[in-house]
Amino acid sequence: MASNNITRRSFLGAAGIAALTLAACGGAGGSGEGGSDAAAGKVYWLNFKPELDETLQTIKDMYKEAKGIEPKIVTAASGTYSQTLTSEMDKTDAPTMFVIGNAAGVKEWGDFALDLKGTAIESELNTDAYNLYDESGKLVSMGYCYECYGIVANADLIAKAGHDIADIKDFASLEAVATDIHSRASELGFDAFVATDMDDSSSWRVTGHLANLDYFYEERDDGGWDECPATIKGTYVENYKKLYDLAINNSTVEPKTLATGGHDPAQQFKDGKACFFFTGSWDYADLAAAQPNIHMLPYYCGVDGEEKAGLNCGTENCWAVNANASEADQQATIDFMVWLVTDPDASALLVEQLGIMPYNNAAESTNGFLNDAADYTSNGCYVMDWATNYQPNVDDYRAALVSALNAYNANPSDKTWADVRTAFVDGWATQYKKANA
Amino acid sequence: MSKKIGRGNSQTQATRRWAWLFLGPVVAAFTIGFVWPFIQGIYLSFCKFRITSDATLVGISNYQAALADPSFQHSFWYTSATAVVSLVLINVFAFAVAYALTQGIRGSNLYRTVFFMPNLIGGIVLGYIWSMIFDGILSHYDTSILLETKYGFWGLIILMCWQQIGYMMIIYIAGLQAVPEDMIEAAKIDGATKWQTLFRVIIPNVMPSITICTFLSLTNGFKLFDQNLALTGGLPYLIQPDGSTINTTEMLALNIYNTFYNSSTAARGTAQAKAVIFFVLVAGLGLAQLAYTRKREVQQ
Repeated sequence: MASNNITRRSFLGAAGIAALTLAACGGAGGSGEGGSDAAAGKVYWLNFKPELDETLQTIKDMYKEAKGIEPKIVTAASGTYSQTLTSEMDKTDAPTMFVIGNAAGVKEWGDFALDLKGTAIESELNTDAYNLYDESGKLVSMGYCYECYGIVANADLIAKAGHDIADIKDFASLEAVATDIHSRASELGFDAFVATDMDDSSSWRVTGHLANLDYFYEERDDGGWDECPATIKGTYVENYKKLYDLAINNSTVEPKTLATGGHDPAQQFKDGKACFFFTGSWDYADLAAAQPNIHMLPYYCGVDGEEKAGLNCGTENCWAVNANASEADQQATIDFMVWLVTDPDASALLVEQLGIMPYNNAAESTNGFLNDAADYTSNGCYVMDWATNYQPNVDDYRAALVSALNAYNANPSDKTWADVRTAFVDGWATQYKKANA
Repeated sequence: MSKKIGRGNSQTQATRRWAWLFLGPVVAAFTIGFVWPFIQGIYLSFCKFRITSDATLVGISNYQAALADPSFQHSFWYTSATAVVSLVLINVFAFAVAYALTQGIRGSNLYRTVFFMPNLIGGIVLGYIWSMIFDGILSHYDTSILLETKYGFWGLIILMCWQQIGYMMIIYIAGLQAVPEDMIEAAKIDGATKWQTLFRVIIPNVMPSITICTFLSLTNGFKLFDQNLALTGGLPYLIQPDGSTINTTEMLALNIYNTFYNSSTAARGTAQAKAVIFFVLVAGLGLAQLAYTRKREVQQ
């Protein structure tokens, strides 16, 4: 408290005679922080999920009450995590805990991450599946939750159209249901797919998530990827096209209008205007409040043996601890992480927002889609892991795909699809080269 | 008399003695906010870095990479075209509007306010609003501003005109009002037509305003970022056979930004080099244009 006052006073002084006191102000702030809190260690979490911020502010207060330490939790504005992390890492008071969510992130920020092997938080994990390692085998970051995505389906509407969601077991059956519903849309009052918008708020559904079906099956053919491959073959791009075409041609809106977007697909789904929606487990609470009988289907796309496909499960939510922080700060941060995944109230709050937390003592999930995922797995279906996380130079790669898909939507032809394929397959190699220059 | 001189001297002395106190804050703020980051920026353009406090010198390779980048070259030509077209349109329209509004039309003040108002809206907001307007129209023709480079180009031009004409108009109005009445009257008595008066008397007299307006609109055109980001964000892309892209409506500033947040460590240095090239270009162009139009100003 005292150090706060001094800082503020010297700051006010700075406003008066800026030239003289600017330096002193910085000095006072620095020494104050170093002096009183060094023993306890500081926690500073730079969070990348804006939708989680509200929960985290509650959690901050809970931790302060429980342990007497107030962690600093800052959330980067939507889409600006990379920028925020870049500037925050430069500061004396850098984040002690941040997110490295994919292979590109490991390449970019791996040097700044502490090896988490053998730490107290590692021993809480119940699976190694969501951890990220660098080339030397350092445990750079560990998943704090995982999510799943696929095709969300409204079972009630499907039944109203005279079909049964349980009959959808592969692409052919999905196609039969979707085209039938679309052909009778005006009579039924609802359509097959919601708008697959290509504006920034929605394009990731197809450039990030749907694309995973190609990466995943290629990865499986290759016997698994340990790191981002320099090139991909695009073996399953035609399957991607099948499911994509099904979605845009049997939808509430014309494909030509998708580039502009603004149809609010989530709202269409909640309003019962369509049966199918590409999204993930994070939307469960929101969607289930409006449509009670909803389930998630795998990406059925006409691949052999896909009756045994499960959902796409994985995460980009991975904690890393700043290797450049003081030992006390690192310890305080790890203590905080352990508390997050063991405290019943805190982990329950997080699970509600995040899905499943893969830790032994974390709260159970209440998410219907994640329960679907678990059902598929227990029925012997394979999990489609998030090979999407390997996308090199992800923003540029996806932007090119958006542009190519826009052109295809406006004018579907072999020529425009050839560009989609180029962006999908050759774009990977180009962006890989750029990212590894 | 001698007392006055004495006081004057002591005042001068006092001013000299305390000058640093008054200059200090400005100099410090300017140094912290501009000079230092600028020097550091130049230094970083020769470095490979992820965060700015931890950079290693790599020589001129960043400049080589920047100049060899086809997307940078494309954005340069695209920016030049946008800047030149908008420069001409903005200034012609702004002058025309200013001229009309100094002819004593009823409600001139209202029009001036209305024309000026678009300036008060931020670039990002404008970009999104206009993208909705354009798409609202283009959707009737089954297309979108994101699908055709020419729509993106003219869309941006319209947006810039809409935003900047009012601002330039104010400067032109001030210039027009400063043209001496007697000169115009003399021209009238000498039998000059309206057009002759405009081109031989008024325009030479408002040259200072033209200088400043062309300077502003040229540099504004080159530095444009927010509107470009919000209106098209560089879309549509031309997909090259090797999978790389040319972002057809990406201007220089957006190209630098996109390069910087690429995930390769080398990219930040390249972006920094591009930014230095960009600065030299804008400063050079601005100064050249200033020197050229200054020569045409008449001294009153």
